[in-house]
This record gives sequence, C-alpha cells and structure tokens, in this order.
Amino acid sequence: MSLTLSEVEHIAELARLELTDEEKERFRRQLSEILDYAARLQSIDTSQTLPSAARPATARSAVAPHSVLRPDVPAPSLKLKEVLDNAPQAEDDQFRVPPVLEQAP
Amino acid sequence: MSDLTELGVRQGLEALGRGDCSSRELTLAFLERSQRLEPKVHAFITPTPELALHMAEAADQRRQACKRDPSLALPPLLGLPVAIKDVLVLKGVRCTCGSHILENFVPPFTGTAVQRLLDAGVVVTGKTNMDEFAMGSSTENSGYGPTHNPWDLTRVPGGSSGGSAAAVAGRMIPAALGTDTGGSVRQPASFCGVTGLKPTYGRVSRYGLVAFGSSLDTIGVLAHSAEDVALIFTHLAGYDLRDATSLDVPVPEIALEKNDSLDGLRVGVPQEYFINGIQPEVEAGIHQAIDVLHSLGAEIRPVNLPHTGEALPAYYLIAPAEASANLARYDGVRYGLREPADSVRDVFFKSRGKGFGAEVKRRIMLGTYALSAGYYDAYYGQAQKVRTLIKDDFEQAFQMVDVIAAPVAPSTAFRLGEHSDDPLAMYLEDVFTLPANLAGVPGLAFPVGFDQHGLPVGMQLMGAHFSEELLIQVGHAFQKATDWHLRAPALL
Repeated sequence: MSLTLSEVEHIAELARLELTDEEKERFRRQLSEILDYAARLQSIDTSQTLPSAARPATARSAVAPHSVLRPDVPAPSLKLKEVLDNAPQAEDDQFRVPPVLEQAP
Repeated sequence: MSDLTELGVRQGLEALGRGDCSSRELTLAFLERSQRLEPKVHAFITPTPELALHMAEAADQRRQACKRDPSLALPPLLGLPVAIKDVLVLKGVRCTCGSHILENFVPPFTGTAVQRLLDAGVVVTGKTNMDEFAMGSSTENSGYGPTHNPWDLTRVPGGSSGGSAAAVAGRMIPAALGTDTGGSVRQPASFCGVTGLKPTYGRVSRYGLVAFGSSLDTIGVLAHSAEDVALIFTHLAGYDLRDATSLDVPVPEIALEKNDSLDGLRVGVPQEYFINGIQPEVEAGIHQAIDVLHSLGAEIRPVNLPHTGEALPAYYLIAPAEASANLARYDGVRYGLREPADSVRDVFFKSRGKGFGAEVKRRIMLGTYALSAGYYDAYYGQAQKVRTLIKDDFEQAFQMVDVIAAPVAPSTAFRLGEHSDDPLAMYLEDVFTLPANLAGVPGLAFPVGFDQHGLPVGMQLMGAHFSEELLIQVGHAFQKATDWHLRAPALL
C-alpha cells in the first residue's frame, strides 16, 4: 500500500507533530514500506483468537486480566516548587501557556 | 590490587567486604577509566562523578559504622558502583531519555527500581546513553550522539541500552541497568559481549521508568556474568503498589553453587531462529554453545515456535501504537522543551516537531496511524490477536522443555551508519528478541564466542514466566565451563 501525502498530513495532525515538507515525503515513503511489511499479519487466521491483554496470563494466574487498585491512603504529593522547577514558564504557582482561545480580532 | 576496574559485581563486593579497597577507591577507579575512555566510547549522557564520590564516601562511613556496631544491617550492595540507563529517573539528576525534548528535565522523584538499588547501597556513576526513548537497535538514535562498541569503535554497541552495554564491556562500570521493550537489554549485551537479563514482564516495577511500550517494557541488568546479574536482579525485583502491572510473586534467593550439572534440564532449540540470512558464525557459535549445555548434562530437543516470523510485524504495530499514546504527554506545557508560539496549539506542534528525533517521529506517526479510526481493527487489533498466538507458541514449547536456546540477533555488531535511513532494515535486527517481549517471558543473553572480526556472538536462553532463577543457573553453569564472558576488549 502507498500512503498519500494528505494521509501523512492527517496523521501528523492527529499526532500534533509539525513536520517539514522533506519529513512528510520521507515518512510517506518509509511508513508505506513498513505498513506493506506489516500487511503479512492480515493473512493469519485469528478468527478463533482473542487479542492479548496487556497483562500476560501466567502459569500462576491464568485468570482474566483485572484492574489493580492500591489502597486509597492519603499521602503527601510533590512540593509545588519541585513540580514547577521543570516548567518552561510558570507564574503565580501555575504553568503559564499562550492563550488557549483565539483572541478577538 | 592492580586494577580495580577488572572487578565484577561479586569480586567488587568481596573486595569491599575484606577491606581490600574502599568504595571511594573503587568508584574513583571506574570514574577515571570512564573519563579516559569516554571520548572514544561515549557510553554516558550524564556522568555523575560528584554524586558518585559523595555516595561512595557515605557508603564507606556506613561500612565503618556497621563494623563498630554489628547490630546494624549491612546493605547487600554497599559501595558498589553502577550506571543507570537514562530512561530511569533519579531525583535531582537530569533524565533525558536520549531526547532533546527532555534536555533540561530534572526529575523530582526516584523510581522504584533505582530506589531499591540505592537502598541496597549502590553508588551511581552516571546515566547511560540510549536510543531516543529506547526506540532503536544501535544507540545511533540518541539525541546526544552515538555510543561506540568497545570491541570495534567503528561499530554500534546495539541498542537501545547501548550505553549501559558499552560501559560494562569497556570496564567503565561493573554493572548497569537497562530496559528491554523489544530486545534492548539482550541485543546490546550480545553485541558488546556482556551478560544481560530481561526479566518477566511485571517482575520489576516500572514506576519511574519513562514509558515507551507499556505492555512490553521491562527493566533489566547488564553485567559481566550470570552470577553478577543475579546479585543485582534479586535486589531489583519484587512487587510494587506503584506499578499496576507489577506482579506479586516472591523473588527467589538465587542459589548458584549447587547447580554445576545440568542433568535433567531440557533445552529446546527452535528451528525458526535459524533462518536464511543469519551470519554463519552466529549459527555455528550457538550450536557450539548448545553442545556445551549438552556436555553438562542437558537434553537437547527441537521445538517449534511457528509464529516467530509474525512477531516482527506485530511488534512494530503494537509498540509504536503504545508509544504514540505514551509520548502524547510531551506537549511543552508542564516540563520539557517548549518552542515559543502564539497559541497553545502551535506550542504542541512546534515543541514536538523540534524536540523529537526522526525515529521517534516515525514511530509516533506509525502508531497514530495504527490506532486511527478505520484502521484500528486491521492493524492494532489484528496484531494483538497474533500476539496471543505467539504467547501460545511459548506456552506449548515450555510444556516440552525447560529453556529455549536461540541466537540473540542474526549478526554480530554492524557498522555505524549501516542502516541509516532504512528503518525496516534496522527493525529486522530485532527479529529474535521481539517474541519474548510479546510473550512476556524472561531472557538471558550472554557471549558464546567471537566472529572472524573479533566481535562477540551472543546466545539467549528464554524461559517460562518467572523462570529467571533457572535461566541464571543455566547461564552460570555455562560460564563455569567456558571463558567467553571473561574476555575484555583491548581498549586503552
């Protein structure tokens, strides 16, 4: 299969990834090749097969996957300063970002 | 003692215990050798010599205190220098994941695996180089320049834990932590002639491991021998409430002395791992190693893993899909690189476009496509079903045999640049390591010979879930009968 440039642009839009024109063309070619290779999975009969869960069934627990919850015990969180130390921009103990909504004309 | 950097984990701990050297002396020896070799090897992204000496001095004081007061518990790895792959967070030390998007990220907490080693008394000499976000098989995808293989500086060390493997091979550190999502401990261990363990999925807590493929990621150990790996692994593994995939299974004390003979051990050899295109010296090396296991008493049986060939396409849909979701967090808002822009939307696009390297972008694109509307069932859904077939293969095989012996990679270490701009060719390097990750089973890689260029050949033993102890015992028996693991590169 061969991806089109507009498909590549659509995927990049979904992934919130700015690509140069050169990257778009390169990824179009490379992703097409990789997806061609992956297409061999289509020929495998999986009509009787369930998809794997993230948690592998083990000899010890051949049970269906289940959610694991820890006890709900209050504990201190990270200090605000420690968290904001990594912020690209912070102000008044908050993360600062550019306007989320378009400004009125 | 002539050269302290010749000491492995057990020898180093014994030397510290006898008082032959202090942790400060041992740590300094490894720091000095690292500093001397780094211009050639580049195994580290962030060396931490000041922290290491501080920790070593504290370890020496602790040891003195324990001598004065025998009621104080002596931490089992007290004063032992180790290095940590730069994808595991250590509070206060920059963690880049080999990416420019985290160039200035200083984690505010320490992950469980690292904390357990700290509690056991280790000294951290630095954060090792890696393919960006652990995506790669050569460490060439690091945003901080490639690592070079100590056996031949024109060749790659493998990846993605290439810095950890090269540091151990170059005697820059006795042991290092790595991670293995698709072979990233075993393949660099093989390329660099060291011993590397990929544990069972869920065996070692991943709290504080920067996520790549959440259903595949494991934290492992690289060292000079199966015995050295065991000494670290037993302090690394165990249940952790902070990782929902962590498994509450007791971690054994690994007994090595009683198991020199492999009488009664059933070793499976899967024909699917001896394919066209495998380097003849790799194939010959594996067969000779299997002969050694046989001579130690093991019974050798052919086994079939019929869906081996499907592991690669399944992995390269599942792992990128999970990665595309995991890496959505790098948005330039709370931490990491932010490219200035007039809107939040542009901050996302520009920060991610600038901060990620080519392979990471490629996998985000691939994974986003595989998960996107209209393609999910055909790609991700089908890959997860094929994954079930691969797991079933292993379960059936482990009813016939105790361990499976196979090559780690189709060839020995390739040259830097050999696969540049051919991602599919690079992915094919992982063909023998991916199945264990998809099945969640453990694997131990160790050197079993050298090719005509003097490059290490590696074999892996795979076992059923939670069989790390058995893999290490078999590896140890092999290493007592051979000396491949003792060879060191002629680096000076």
